[in-house]
Amino acid sequence: MKALTEHSSVWKMALFGLLVWVGVLSAPQQAQAEYADVVINNYADAAGMRPVVFPHWYHRIRFRCKVCHADLGFKFKAGGNKITMAKIIDGKFCGACHNGEISWSVENCGMCHSGIPGTPTHISGSTVQRLVAPAYKELDKKAQ
Amino acid sequence: MSKSIFKLTAIAVSLVAFVLPTAALSASKPVTSAEVTGSMPDKLSVSNANVFNRLLKKVNDPNAAPDKDGIHDTANEGTHALQAPKVAYEGLPTTEFGNHIDWVQALNSGKLDPRYDREDPEVEPFVMDLDIVRPVKASVPDVVFPHKPHTQWLHCSNCHPKIFIPQRNTNQINMSAILLGKKCGVCHGKVAFPPTTKSCKKCHSKPKDADWTPPLSNATVKNPWR
Repeated sequence: MKALTEHSSVWKMALFGLLVWVGVLSAPQQAQAEYADVVINNYADAAGMRPVVFPHWYHRIRFRCKVCHADLGFKFKAGGNKITMAKIIDGKFCGACHNGEISWSVENCGMCHSGIPGTPTHISGSTVQRLVAPAYKELDKKAQ
Repeated sequence: MSKSIFKLTAIAVSLVAFVLPTAALSASKPVTSAEVTGSMPDKLSVSNANVFNRLLKKVNDPNAAPDKDGIHDTANEGTHALQAPKVAYEGLPTTEFGNHIDWVQALNSGKLDPRYDREDPEVEPFVMDLDIVRPVKASVPDVVFPHKPHTQWLHCSNCHPKIFIPQRNTNQINMSAILLGKKCGVCHGKVAFPPTTKSCKKCHSKPKDADWTPPLSNATVKNPWR
């Protein structure tokens, strides 16, 4: 007991470490989002909208890569296209199809703007993200 | 005399006391075994002990529905209107990585027929069937790059000349670059099948010749005591 009281700071540190360890282990696991889902949050958060979640899998079932990445000019970079609603309404980028003729029109805001607010622009499940920046999600959750 | 009688009765009592419970046990045994065999399936291997997740692998659903995938806001109405991947993947060939769908095989087997043109479903893709063999310095099998599945999905201008210079011996590719999202990693690891320990052989598919030996390192070549 004497040892306990004498080295109380050490014990406190140990207890704190244990708590952190248990906390990290029991924290909710990283998102299980579908591979290649792109979250685009260039301007959405600042404009008070939910970030856009673009499901690659849904689109590649219907269109080949060439349609968007060659014909429509989408760059191979998450958030690298600087898409705005003005451009979409003008028929550029998403607006080339999301015009009410090939697919639903722009008034269905929540279908695209469906991400959790505050999620940064990224491709879910990407190798780069897993190797370079695996912890961003947990940091975000702690901040909430 | 009375002592010996007492001893005998003691022995008799102890015998009875010993035999009775065992008899009772043996009588009850068939009942219990019958109960057990009655409640369990006929061929029980050992027990269900190995059902336990003994490697403590993370249990996660690779194709979770939008409202359960962790990036969609469940408070948003549109989230619940979106299609779930599993519904769309019904009947498609599977793999162990990425979306857990073999997209190229799905295309070749005719299960998928995505449009090559935004509006016209009749437009046929410009497919080029040309395999490029890239020798690998290390002892892993050489890489065969098939143009065919790539041109089925993409257009020449997607890769050439920005990502890959269409000229021999000009593209230096290594796994670090790919893992960090350059060269092949522009798509592989983000959208197309990712470089994992399970997918090495998809690219590294041409075994080395039988007489192939790894090149000697400089430290060995320059070693004066060699």
